[in-house]
Amino acid sequence: MANDMQHYVDELHRSRVWRSIFRSGEGDSNLHRAQAVQNNVFLHLFAVKSRRRMLEFNATWYLGTLTLGTFFVLVVTGILLMLYYHPSVPQAYADMKDLQFAVSSGVFLRNLHRWSAHAMVFLVFAHMFKVFYRGAYRTPREFNWVIGVVLLLLTLLLSYTGYLLPWDQLSYWAVTVGSNIASAVPVMGSKIRFLMLGGNSVNANALLRFYVLHCMILPLTAILLMAIHFWRIRKDGGLYAPEKPASQEEK
Amino acid sequence: MSEPKDFTVGIGSDYRKAPVRVAFITRRTSPVVKFRDEDYVMSFPETLLHAAVAVEVLVVLLVWLALSWNAPLEQLADPMHTPNPAKAPWYFLGLQELLHYFPPVVAGVLVPGLVVMALVVIPYFNINIEADGVFTKNRKRRIAISSVVIVALLIFLIAFDVYVALPATLLMGILLFIAARTPSDSPPGFRRWLASKPLSFWIMTWFLIELAVLTGVGTFFRGPGWSWVLPWRS
Repeated sequence: MANDMQHYVDELHRSRVWRSIFRSGEGDSNLHRAQAVQNNVFLHLFAVKSRRRMLEFNATWYLGTLTLGTFFVLVVTGILLMLYYHPSVPQAYADMKDLQFAVSSGVFLRNLHRWSAHAMVFLVFAHMFKVFYRGAYRTPREFNWVIGVVLLLLTLLLSYTGYLLPWDQLSYWAVTVGSNIASAVPVMGSKIRFLMLGGNSVNANALLRFYVLHCMILPLTAILLMAIHFWRIRKDGGLYAPEKPASQEEK
Repeated sequence: MSEPKDFTVGIGSDYRKAPVRVAFITRRTSPVVKFRDEDYVMSFPETLLHAAVAVEVLVVLLVWLALSWNAPLEQLADPMHTPNPAKAPWYFLGLQELLHYFPPVVAGVLVPGLVVMALVVIPYFNINIEADGVFTKNRKRRIAISSVVIVALLIFLIAFDVYVALPATLLMGILLFIAARTPSDSPPGFRRWLASKPLSFWIMTWFLIELAVLTGVGTFFRGPGWSWVLPWRS
């Protein structure tokens, strides 16, 4: 039975259609493995080879990988939530109630999105501090650190704009508190606040604006910067590896 | 004049005729040069598998969270009725805590602006590349400067009643003092490790602790009118 399965899988890998999609073809030589990365538009952001010691948990705690993982979860749950959500007042709040009582697994979907968002903010901060204490921002990685800082700000903005969308007391007043800080900017504070909210207070315009930012502008910007962030790691010779202690080098 | 040449000098754009490939690799600057004898694995499938396992563990944890605790949902938003206290999301509560002590233009604009700027310039400081201990050079002068900075910081915090930020600042001051009094040839251990840390380490660690303290206080210990409450008494 297992042999039969293996036979069919091999046949599939040899078939013309499979070969037209995945060009490296069958075989498990290192050449094939290298081609599997090089011939894939997503995987080719990463290096073909990695240092073995950088795969150990202690090297990175996998914080960057985990941050990307939360982002995947957020995109999937976010798109599903968009199917049930209208960015209008007071329908937005009614949709929350629908998610709670009418939609199958609606509560689970919203919970997963919420807790993943908190996890992402936490993981981004943890990732930043871990990179700092490892010294992984040093030449030639300075600009990748700067991109990382921008990604941190984008994550905060994504979380903040999403916070308003349920349109309940919690979200309304949290965003009011936040937007009041924006008006403290000297000279153009109230203008910035007006641009942010599409009005002088948190209202239906602000909800629509935050929705567009949350579902389109910010995620697309984040994806673009993430691609550059990963690609630059490859260009800089893989994950930053500190020099080996002298005692190990002797051996 | 000399004889006519039978070749031309220039930059050819046809790579088959002008395969000029010159690379200068300065010693000990490229990771590839540094670790030529390193043990490497193929990213496909080994690195991908590691990443996939990490992400799956994370997803299991998140699903468990989502099944166990419900996301908060309060009453419909009501502009006429302000809850007390009105709190920002948790990652901004450190800022909101600062807003309690300083005017909005300081706590809401100046401080976060300076923090972001400081984060951006971190990799462009020579201090980090050399990563020397703070007190390995100009010892006396640096001890004087850091004492003045820490005392000024403490006075500033007391003047604005920011008592929550005092313990961490004091702690860092004491640790910095210990580092300053540790000679570089002392036996390996905590003190020597401390003495080997560069300036950026001290600033970042102070920032990390204060961030955690302010966010924690804002999240758990602040109640109506931003007064002190105990989280288990609500």
